[in-house]
Amino acid sequence: MKLETLKELNAERAARRPVIVVTDTANGEQRLVKAKDIAADPLRAELSKQLRMGKSGNVEADGKKLFLNVYAPTAKLVIIGAVHISQALAPLARSLDYDVTVVDPRTAFASPERFPDVPLVAEWPDVALPPLNIDHYTAFVAVTHDPKIDDPALMHAFDRDCFYIGALGSRKTHAKRGERLRALGAKDSDIARIHAPIGLDIGAVSPSEIAVAIMAEITAQLRLPPKEKEEAA
Amino acid sequence: MLNRDEDILQAAETWQKQGHGVALATVVETWGSAPRPAGSSLVINDDGTFLGSVSGGCVEGAVVTEALDVIASGQPKMLEFGVADETAWNVGLSCGGTIRVFVEKVG
Repeated sequence: MKLETLKELNAERAARRPVIVVTDTANGEQRLVKAKDIAADPLRAELSKQLRMGKSGNVEADGKKLFLNVYAPTAKLVIIGAVHISQALAPLARSLDYDVTVVDPRTAFASPERFPDVPLVAEWPDVALPPLNIDHYTAFVAVTHDPKIDDPALMHAFDRDCFYIGALGSRKTHAKRGERLRALGAKDSDIARIHAPIGLDIGAVSPSEIAVAIMAEITAQLRLPPKEKEEAA
Repeated sequence: MLNRDEDILQAAETWQKQGHGVALATVVETWGSAPRPAGSSLVINDDGTFLGSVSGGCVEGAVVTEALDVIASGQPKMLEFGVADETAWNVGLSCGGTIRVFVEKVG
């Protein structure tokens, strides 16, 4: 690998931008493809598939055997609300390799006793969220049921283009939330991005089952191609 | 997206800047119950110091030896380890899988 390629690879990784290194394993010839350049690449179908799966692998093109090494950022999960569901959701998400942070200004909820080993931020969203560097590779879940906390947090998630945004509440609750968010300046397209009621419909009852439904929906959002994603929703 | 052991690539860049010869070894293909998935990598410098893993410990020693050759020659190499392979039998890929490892010089 050329030093220039390695430097570029490290810079993209530090910026949490996905990148794929394409190597001809017969002769060591190599090129680096940034996520933003995939759409114009001759290997776009293969590159986008491997990136979506977060998996490295081999492809054949023009009689050459190429190795596609995928470097995708570690996904984050930001949970707004140190509630009962979050106590089940945080360890489940960690087992799926997400970097998890729980935010709740209510210190009675956001206590280390309730959330051992999970980074907790006991601040309001306007203080808590900017330092978390929330980006596209972040799943964002608002489950406090308290508009004073959830609404400003959701506005931040729209702004950062999170790949998944979910919020707890029935269709009725969600309709009211839509009105409040519009008053705060949210666009209809922002509100349409919220998964609510949250989680895949698997008939979840207990907090742990709801956590499974949420992580299933997040996984589908991350891994399924766009068309199948619409069908699953 | 979920790969957590990539800081070794930063180490490779640092070693290179310090004037070391550096090689990068990457698992490019696996069959059977291989311990580390394709894309896993190991970086090696000309002192024989290495970081990362391509097999969870089974064949790292052999990879480091080959990597020192690659640093010297500048020519990339493809290595294969598996239970059917005599060399691999010697170094012992105990899990019963087969892996192919691409070793290239950095710089």
